[in-house]
Amino acid sequence: MAASKEPKKYLVGIYDHEDKVVEAVKKVQKDGVKVEEVYSPHPIHHIDTYIGHPRTRIPIAAFMFGATGTILAITMIVFMMKIDWPMIIGGKNPLYPPTMVPVTFEATVLICALGMVATFLITNNMGPGKVEFMFDRRTTDDKYALVVDLEKNTKSAEEISQILIKYGAETTPPPRIVEKS
Amino acid sequence: MQVTSAIREPLVTGGKTMHDITNDICKRVEEAPSKSWLMAFGASVVLFVVGGLSLAQTWWYGIGVWGLNKTVGWAWDITNFVWWVGIGHAGTLISAILLLFRQKWRTSINRAAEAMTIFAVICAGSFILMHMGRTWLAHWALPLPNTYGSLWVNFHSPLVWDVFAISTYLTVSTVFWYVGLIPDLGTIRDRFVRTLEENPLLPTDTPAERKAKLKKRRPIAAFIYRILSFGWEGGSKTWARYEYVALILAGLSTPLVLSVHTIVSFDFATSVIPGWHTTIFPPYFVAGAIFSGFAMVLTLMLVTRVVYKLEDYITMEHIELMNKIVMLTGSIVGVAYITEFFIAWYSGVEAESYAFINRAFGPYWWAYWAMMSCNVISPQLFWFKSIRTNLVWTFVLSIVVNVGMWFERFVIIVTSLHRDYLPSSWTYFVPTIYDVGDYVFSFALFFVCFFLFAKYLPVINMAEVKTVLNSTSEEARAKAFAKLKAGAEALKASPAYDKGNQV
Repeated sequence: MAASKEPKKYLVGIYDHEDKVVEAVKKVQKDGVKVEEVYSPHPIHHIDTYIGHPRTRIPIAAFMFGATGTILAITMIVFMMKIDWPMIIGGKNPLYPPTMVPVTFEATVLICALGMVATFLITNNMGPGKVEFMFDRRTTDDKYALVVDLEKNTKSAEEISQILIKYGAETTPPPRIVEKS
Repeated sequence: MQVTSAIREPLVTGGKTMHDITNDICKRVEEAPSKSWLMAFGASVVLFVVGGLSLAQTWWYGIGVWGLNKTVGWAWDITNFVWWVGIGHAGTLISAILLLFRQKWRTSINRAAEAMTIFAVICAGSFILMHMGRTWLAHWALPLPNTYGSLWVNFHSPLVWDVFAISTYLTVSTVFWYVGLIPDLGTIRDRFVRTLEENPLLPTDTPAERKAKLKKRRPIAAFIYRILSFGWEGGSKTWARYEYVALILAGLSTPLVLSVHTIVSFDFATSVIPGWHTTIFPPYFVAGAIFSGFAMVLTLMLVTRVVYKLEDYITMEHIELMNKIVMLTGSIVGVAYITEFFIAWYSGVEAESYAFINRAFGPYWWAYWAMMSCNVISPQLFWFKSIRTNLVWTFVLSIVVNVGMWFERFVIIVTSLHRDYLPSSWTYFVPTIYDVGDYVFSFALFFVCFFLFAKYLPVINMAEVKTVLNSTSEEARAKAFAKLKAGAEALKASPAYDKGNQV
């Protein structure tokens, strides 16, 4: 039986403005602090690249799903109209290409959208009823949380806390340690 | 860091902070239903039941209860279907096309418009199911294996394209809407959970304290919104993926929204009925759909704005911009009507010319002129700023436009059918009480869904409004203007400025 994991310790600094947290992410990293993640009530453009997260591959997944949809639709139409039961209506070619366009297009969009959103949910570990782990519940309201994984940093929690405060983190209450198992 | 415009009108007024936005939107979800909401919802439910009885009769006896006859085989059913699908175009246009064009003003209205889209498409779908007569055989329209061969659907038929288009549009619009809802559902969840955490039930509580805490605690609501919010945490990685998903969905939805009404127009254009068999139908239907969709968004948002006191979020700027789109699309529709007439004459096809003269001066002249006055003349009033910034005028004209757009579909469908190739088949369509009752049912279905949405889900996209708040608030605009002014004065004061003027 595997031993139960020790909870990891994170230091959470709270910021009250988008610009402050963006500046903090850039500057604390220059001061040698590795930032784990930033939680915010709205998207902040490019902050993921400042943190150093790799670029998302969602567009590649979307393309693959879209291509799958196209291939599936064409296969379905060819099979149904030509192979399984050739449907010759008024002597017309059962596979006249323009008539295949609408259904192929719709199937491409449908499979692409559903596949991409499923990928989005799976990669973010999200789904109906999934219990969230919030470092600070105000980050879905009006605050921004800069989270530092203490295990990935050589500096002490006190030192990192001072750096976060130096770059605009709220002091009342000061950055606090949160455990996540 | 976002770019702030010093000259554009602010999109959020009243000096709102991000917390104010959360409070203003979430309190509608958190508070008990108001009397006005209960009355409106109750009225919708009553209509739903009354319309449901009509629908039950339609299903029990078949579509023979409608006013259809052997010449007019499509009338109110398909008119209502096309009308509802058209209304369902504005939501995706606002969310997708305006997102691609980076129009920040869409953020306050996209949520309700998308919801309206979904409910309108459901209503449209209900008419597809109704007009089949034997609704329980609706799956025959899908390419499913069966015991007749298999006998597959005919992929050359625009009706099959329609099945794919409408079902894809409904699915993708719902997915788009729900993905956009997740962060806001997370916000509501966290508010309920915070109330639970701030009011823990302790053994040391006095009965009065316990009672007060129980009044504040909403564990069931916290549980439901936790399920609905899908475990949203709001990390930068999640937001980056979310933004890509939204952008790609917008990219997919833009051609989708154009394809749906194009395909709906193919239901008519690929036939050989004079008045239907025209190549102008796809662009004309798409413009008409956006026209009626925006009008419906205006009708609903003007009421929601007043009832929910959202004047700081849905500002006069938003209303004016929507009115401009109504004016533009109304003008496109007007040009299309005139072009149809011109081509009918210019083609020299007698049947085609007759169909159009019959529209304007035949037995259904009243429907034609109702359409022309509501759709072509009335939106032109929006050229006047005093009218497009007047709430009463906007509300009245938005309803007039939707009445006109219903007549447009009625005119296209019924006037083209009622004069057959054989004069002996000529007839006049009169709706029965069941035609009206089934239409009432669709209205009730729409409003039941819309009222539930307005009460239990955030009507404004909080996360997106917060995104644009820093760059579009009055405060940000004043700062940008001051910066611009300071820059201009510094330039004037510099020696290079005078030198430049002399040159």
